Amino acid sequence: MNAYVGTPTSRVDGRAKVTGAAKYAGEFAADRLLHGFVVEATIPRGRIVRLDSSDALKVKGVVDVLTHTHRPPLADKDEAWKDEVAPEKGSPFRPLYDDRIRFNGQPIALVVAEDWETAKFAATRIRVEYEQEAFATDLESERGTAAKVDQPHKPRGDAAAALTRAAVRHEADYVIPSEHHNPMELYATTAVWEGNGGLTVYDKTQGVQNVQKFLCGVFRKKPEDIRVISPYVGGAFGSGLRPQHQVVLATLGALALKRSVRVVLTRQQMYSLGYRPMTIEHVALGAKPDGTLDAVTHEAIAVTSRFEDFSRNDTGWGEQLYKSPNSRLSHKLVHLDLATPCDMRAPGAATGVCALECAMDELAVALKLDPIELRLKCYSDRDQSGDLPYTSKQLRECYARGAEAFGWARRNPAPRSMRDGKDLVGWGMATGVWEALQMPVAVRIVLTSNGHAEVSCAASDIGTGTYTIVAQVAADALGLPIENISVRLADSTLPQAPVEGGSWMAASSAHAVLGAAEDIRQELARLAKAMPGSPLADVDAATVTLVDGMIASNGRNGPALSIADVMRHSKLERIEKEKLNQFAEDKSHARNTHSAVFAEVKVDEELGVIRVTRVVSAVAAGRILNTKTGRSQIMGGVVWGIGMALHEETVMDHRFGRIMNANIAEYHIPVNADIHDIDVIFVDEPDDRINKLGVKGLGEIGIVGVPAAIANAVYHATGKRIRRFPITLDKLLE
Amino acid sequence: MNNFQYSRASDVADAIRLLAADPNAKLIAGGTNLIDLMKENVERPSRLIDISRLPLRDIEETADGGLRIGALVPNSDLAYHPLIEQRYPLLASAILAGASAQLRNMASVGGNLMQRTRCAYFYDTTTPCNKRSPGTGCSALDGLNRNHAILGTSSSCIATNPSDMSVALAALGALVHIAGSAGERTLALTDFHRLPDDKPHADTNLGSGEIITAIELPPRGFARNYSYLKIRDRLSYAFALVSVAAALELEGNAIIEARLALGGVAHKPWRSLEAEAALRGQAATPDHFGRAADLLLQGATARSHNGFKIELARRAVVRTLMQATSATPQSQAHKKIA
Repeated sequence: MNAYVGTPTSRVDGRAKVTGAAKYAGEFAADRLLHGFVVEATIPRGRIVRLDSSDALKVKGVVDVLTHTHRPPLADKDEAWKDEVAPEKGSPFRPLYDDRIRFNGQPIALVVAEDWETAKFAATRIRVEYEQEAFATDLESERGTAAKVDQPHKPRGDAAAALTRAAVRHEADYVIPSEHHNPMELYATTAVWEGNGGLTVYDKTQGVQNVQKFLCGVFRKKPEDIRVISPYVGGAFGSGLRPQHQVVLATLGALALKRSVRVVLTRQQMYSLGYRPMTIEHVALGAKPDGTLDAVTHEAIAVTSRFEDFSRNDTGWGEQLYKSPNSRLSHKLVHLDLATPCDMRAPGAATGVCALECAMDELAVALKLDPIELRLKCYSDRDQSGDLPYTSKQLRECYARGAEAFGWARRNPAPRSMRDGKDLVGWGMATGVWEALQMPVAVRIVLTSNGHAEVSCAASDIGTGTYTIVAQVAADALGLPIENISVRLADSTLPQAPVEGGSWMAASSAHAVLGAAEDIRQELARLAKAMPGSPLADVDAATVTLVDGMIASNGRNGPALSIADVMRHSKLERIEKEKLNQFAEDKSHARNTHSAVFAEVKVDEELGVIRVTRVVSAVAAGRILNTKTGRSQIMGGVVWGIGMALHEETVMDHRFGRIMNANIAEYHIPVNADIHDIDVIFVDEPDDRINKLGVKGLGEIGIVGVPAAIANAVYHATGKRIRRFPITLDKLLE
Repeated sequence: MNNFQYSRASDVADAIRLLAADPNAKLIAGGTNLIDLMKENVERPSRLIDISRLPLRDIEETADGGLRIGALVPNSDLAYHPLIEQRYPLLASAILAGASAQLRNMASVGGNLMQRTRCAYFYDTTTPCNKRSPGTGCSALDGLNRNHAILGTSSSCIATNPSDMSVALAALGALVHIAGSAGERTLALTDFHRLPDDKPHADTNLGSGEIITAIELPPRGFARNYSYLKIRDRLSYAFALVSVAAALELEGNAIIEARLALGGVAHKPWRSLEAEAALRGQAATPDHFGRAADLLLQGATARSHNGFKIELARRAVVRTLMQATSATPQSQAHKKIA
């Protein structure tokens, strides 16, 4: 069981991706394909008084303009619009449903034409009159209206009293702006009209079955009428968890016109989708003189829309991670005239842990303690919020290995004490934490007598490497070379899978593969033993393994039969097994991944220009299924963390309630010049309790802690504590 | 994007004729900025006159020892031309500080001079903008103006010119050769772009029906003591918050001649003869550089978010002049600021 698992196997879909053979949602062809272009609202709140499509309809090549008054029926109950990721509370946005404008950039019409350019041109010919209403989009000015959502945990002890009596206290607001995902691939849907009322919908999504169920509800279709396929996704990072506008609009167009319709959003239009909500994180820490924590309080005040309550766990991480007898958490939402936020890589943790770990650094300074020492003083081998042991937790080892690789021991703790020419040098560190989640997933394996196997599952591969790890696990479990495994994913007709997110898909899909492969093994063992004169007749079926194309006993040392021979003999062309894997519920242990992140910044003392010259990320995340794609995952997270620390910010003009940098020229993410050495260390973390393979998942942990490590390094370099992200040079010059 | 007519000019005279015939026509060469603006419906030309095949791609030495650069020379060809690298490295450096390799391959020298501001309000057709829609007001004055001008602003516009190349050309004293139906004329680069005053819709003094044919560099290239320093929000592929082109001629530590221009701070490359005069005859020291910076920044005014630019510009000027003095110009490949 280890020819492939745990090795740096190259992506099995790599060649298809780099040669262009891999097709994305906007690339599927269809006969007489029409193209839709989305018209968006230009006010943040109000209603459409008049929407005049007459000039657009006169443009040659325009087939129709769909609006709230001119469209096929849409479901009128919220239940139909609630996909599996929708917030519990609220009423999901419905494109082209009525005359209400709920946020700037809301789709209000779909121009459908014979080609995309015509549709785009005709969209400029649509005249809209609005009745604008008073609106608010500014979290900080509306902070007073914040309303509490369900508290993540009940308070522990009396945090207020503990803070008051604390020998050393640190308390501050950390402000993290709204951010957009900006995946490279644009959101796109090609809805193919199948003639009998049925549709095949190629969609950019993190969950085809979620979209399929959603479309059936919204358009009142039978499950067999709509099939959703999303073989490749050019990044999504959470923005594709919920069905997005374009899939509703393309489907609406196809149903209205009984023709295939493709809708591709522009980069600018993607800023009307979900986003990481701006959050004000108020953290107060109280410590005893020896550096042990006595109080952790964390209040998050975050943006949501007026129509849905989106919130994630920003505040629970500190009280889980660090020993403190007293803690109090609260999460509040401010309802604004904006689109509903959505998950974005490590939702809640990327922001909440950023604030927590900056605050821990400030506390360490106040206590005159090394930042690692402070964390070790508060280190807990048990999940503090549930008082549970962990299935495994090698965070201590992360600190040690990361510090060693980084050279932390050579750090002079005084701010502004380390220099390189005109640059101030700063070294900072932070802890990262995420959950190790796992979900029910079903997999079908079809083994054919030529020694090939097809493994299929509805799960998406959003670029994370699901195709590859599924192939690795299947190859090992079936004892076949990986070249003999073909993987089919992301078709709603395939065996069940949830959306791909939360870092749960690696563990979940891997164990589903194991489950189906086990059924195949049992079937082969039964057949092998039943063969006349079988050398395996007396071998216990439970002990035979599949290895090197053989049904083997006693490892490879006992009697064996080739899989091909057994199938031929049994007159079987194929063996097909489908199995739903459900993880046993076990509330006795906490499951988390951890990391220790170390960053070096060099800051030009006079000009404030910041370069992140080194990052070391030491990660404990159970068994790493693929050390190559795994390392890429962490590096990507680190790069994003650098962006979060220094660059990313969705900028709004609150007078207009509009995003003013809705493009990737002005919405800054790091470019190659901003990225230097990134060292990824996977710390050994054997875990035989969490699941059979000991796998925890890596999707989110890579970003968590990185922004704080950089902010702390900037403080160490400059002596300036910037608590409002991103840390741009003007803030250092102030 | 609007529908438009497309014509290909057969020669410069033809381009001028086509321009004169249609006041809403625009010339297109590389199109790296114009096409973006058309996609955003900011520019809605009725006709595009393609000049990309006109014979304006030569770089030739002039009688007085300078260089004449055809308006259609791609930015990258110019930056890597041996005569530019050897004699005008300040210009090469400024070009390489801008945009990306792909854009520099497409963009022409003339087009670079014609690129328009990156003010977010100029790009968003739903917001007031005097430059895009004269008379509607300036959204940046009391809005998001962190990237905006601190010098030469008016109450109707605080946009900046985004070009890096122009900043070096201003410092080098380049000339712009222009042809039109009334004949040919020449403008100093520093007179080519204009300040916004009450007509911010006009970026330049190019007349309607006129076309840039060439840029001319005077013989003095300051190839030894120069530097172009661009300060931005990420280390590449971003417009300047502040950029400085500095060029010195030194005898020992004494300044014989000095040139200084700022980018990212005004509606045009910002140069002050007074600041340069104050350096002449002085020792190349940080104190003198600071005084020159103060003169260059005289009259700088900030709006709500761009006050940092004044001090940043001052410090950047001093640093750039120090780099020039020590003949260690800012590398555009390595982002560490020496």
